Amino acid sequence: MVDGTEVSGGRMSVTVQSLPGAIPKGSLVETNLAGRLRLATDERSWVKALLITSTLVFLTLVLFVPLAAIFAEALRKGVAVYFASFTDAHALSAIRLTLLVAIICVPLNLVFGLAASWAIAKFQFPGKSMLITLIDLPFAVSPVISGLIFVLLFGLRGWLGPWLDSYHIQIIFAVPGVILATLFVTFPFVAREVIPLMQEQGSDEELAAVSLGASGWQTFWRVTLPNVKWALLYGVILCNARAMGEFGAVNVVSGHVRGKTNTLPLHVEILYNEYNFAAAFAVASLLALLALITLALKSAVEWRVRREFEQALEPPT
Amino acid sequence: MSIELTHISKAFGTYQALRDVSLAINDGELVALLGPSGSGKTTLLRIIAGLDTPAVDPRSRIRFYHEDVASRPAAERRVGFVFQHYALFRHMSIFDNVAFGMRVMPRKSRPAKNEIERRVTELLRLVQLDGLGRRFPSQLSGGQRQRAALARALAVEPRVLLLDEPFGALDAKVRQGLRTWLRRLHDEIHVTSILVTHDQEEALEVADRVVVMNQGRIEQIGTPEEVFHKPATQFVMEFLGQVNVFRGRVQGGKAVLAGVPLEGHYFPGKEEGAAMVYMRPHELDIKLYKNGAPSFPAKITRINPAGSVAKVTTRTNDGQDVLVDLSLEDYERLNLTEGTHVHIYPKSSRVFLPEYEI
Repeated sequence: MVDGTEVSGGRMSVTVQSLPGAIPKGSLVETNLAGRLRLATDERSWVKALLITSTLVFLTLVLFVPLAAIFAEALRKGVAVYFASFTDAHALSAIRLTLLVAIICVPLNLVFGLAASWAIAKFQFPGKSMLITLIDLPFAVSPVISGLIFVLLFGLRGWLGPWLDSYHIQIIFAVPGVILATLFVTFPFVAREVIPLMQEQGSDEELAAVSLGASGWQTFWRVTLPNVKWALLYGVILCNARAMGEFGAVNVVSGHVRGKTNTLPLHVEILYNEYNFAAAFAVASLLALLALITLALKSAVEWRVRREFEQALEPPT
Repeated sequence: MSIELTHISKAFGTYQALRDVSLAINDGELVALLGPSGSGKTTLLRIIAGLDTPAVDPRSRIRFYHEDVASRPAAERRVGFVFQHYALFRHMSIFDNVAFGMRVMPRKSRPAKNEIERRVTELLRLVQLDGLGRRFPSQLSGGQRQRAALARALAVEPRVLLLDEPFGALDAKVRQGLRTWLRRLHDEIHVTSILVTHDQEEALEVADRVVVMNQGRIEQIGTPEEVFHKPATQFVMEFLGQVNVFRGRVQGGKAVLAGVPLEGHYFPGKEEGAAMVYMRPHELDIKLYKNGAPSFPAKITRINPAGSVAKVTTRTNDGQDVLVDLSLEDYERLNLTEGTHVHIYPKSSRVFLPEYEI
């Protein structure tokens, strides 16, 4: 075995020694190989130090300091004020609406994402590449535009607004508008995670299940779903984070009716505009906390997804 | 007669994958569908399994034990299907993989839990994977995975076992071992089996009968011996093993190659015309001198003695390469080297006339 090569868990991982002295004498090929790789991939130590330092400085400026500032500002007037910010009726209503939006949007987009992935990965149909492009649309357009589209559609001066109004149905500047806008902005998250994995896995396992007598439903629950469950969860976490944190699109359609159509991000803005900094930062800290939890969950799920992807890509031996 | 297919056609867009194929397979037989890629063999297999549907044709039938299954979905046909890339359920243990077919049965026909356990253990023993039931597919070697896939297919007691290039993804050594093992297994359990392969050696070694396919049609059905030694068509002749092809002629009802009449090939009533003459490398002999028997001169261009025979490449005077298999004894006795001038003696040959095939 080549020095510096180790086999772990059936997969080969090669670690190249960076010190020429560590390579046994008399193995010319390895020395040359390792020497060349070291030159090609390793930088001098001061370059490394510079790169790491500049990254850290950048992260500190744009990430760590703001994050710390949120909590510092939130707690500036003491713990009592901090917690009082959440028990305020408008804050509670904003929390409730944010949760409601997430509870409605995440499951809907879970189902939609799964259905779209299934269709794209397992079937051939006309317009398939078009559908893939359309799924990415919310990523491509500014959220503000997404919100405006709904205003144009359902607003009082919009296409369907007057007709809806005649039935006393209000969508824009009401909760349904907030939900619709969030739904639109968050719909790619699940599909984007699941499609590549499903495409990689192909449909052989489903065919095998069917040939073994499984019904379509059994095949889905016992084979398809378990095979993508981690990617699905990953998508759901991202989708949830965005559903709770979305500002732009919701800002356009909500109308900022206090206690009615304000979500947490909008509530933060209102408090801030009213110079109520302590409360604004307290509510913001709630969103920051959500982000931190999301990040932790995301990295936990991420390595599971990567493992499944590697297994799917693994050439049959 | 366990499986009967009649008038099966299939097109993918403008590509005609199967052209009016009919085939009957006997109970307990192991049949190989052999052909190059694109010959339609896998399509035929998938149609039998119900994973694909044949073109609409009032005459087309798919019968399992006299029962018409053409309208039955795959799940109801009770076929065991073994895929080239195993298609094991990656998130299930080997045990759960094998048990899958029994666990998805409707409640009233589903075996009891301990009965499932007993049968899975038995099947794992049959495919020599005892003790590996708790492993996951990714923890098994390719050969082990394919045996697990076979056990999974057998668990539903299929009426027919369909194997789609089952050893295609394995390396040569494992392949050879599994091939012999599959034949032994079939002798033990006698389930009617259809094996798709493009590897002629595999087909000839494992199968009771070989169905040679080309461009969506069946070229020949016969025992391995028949298709190898009595090929019905030029395609079968060229596809099975190496062969030298010569352009000969028919003169006065006799096949003639380079002015030399070929023994045993008579075409009564055919006075004059073209003929294709086929000779396998082992049907030719090399001698250093002429001995009066029909022969043609050639020069040795390459010798490869690494194998059970010496593979000698020669070139005739009109520039055609001719392959000759020589026993290692003959090769050493003749003391051949590249550049030696020799005479090639046909021991036997086959002649096909265009539009007049025998």
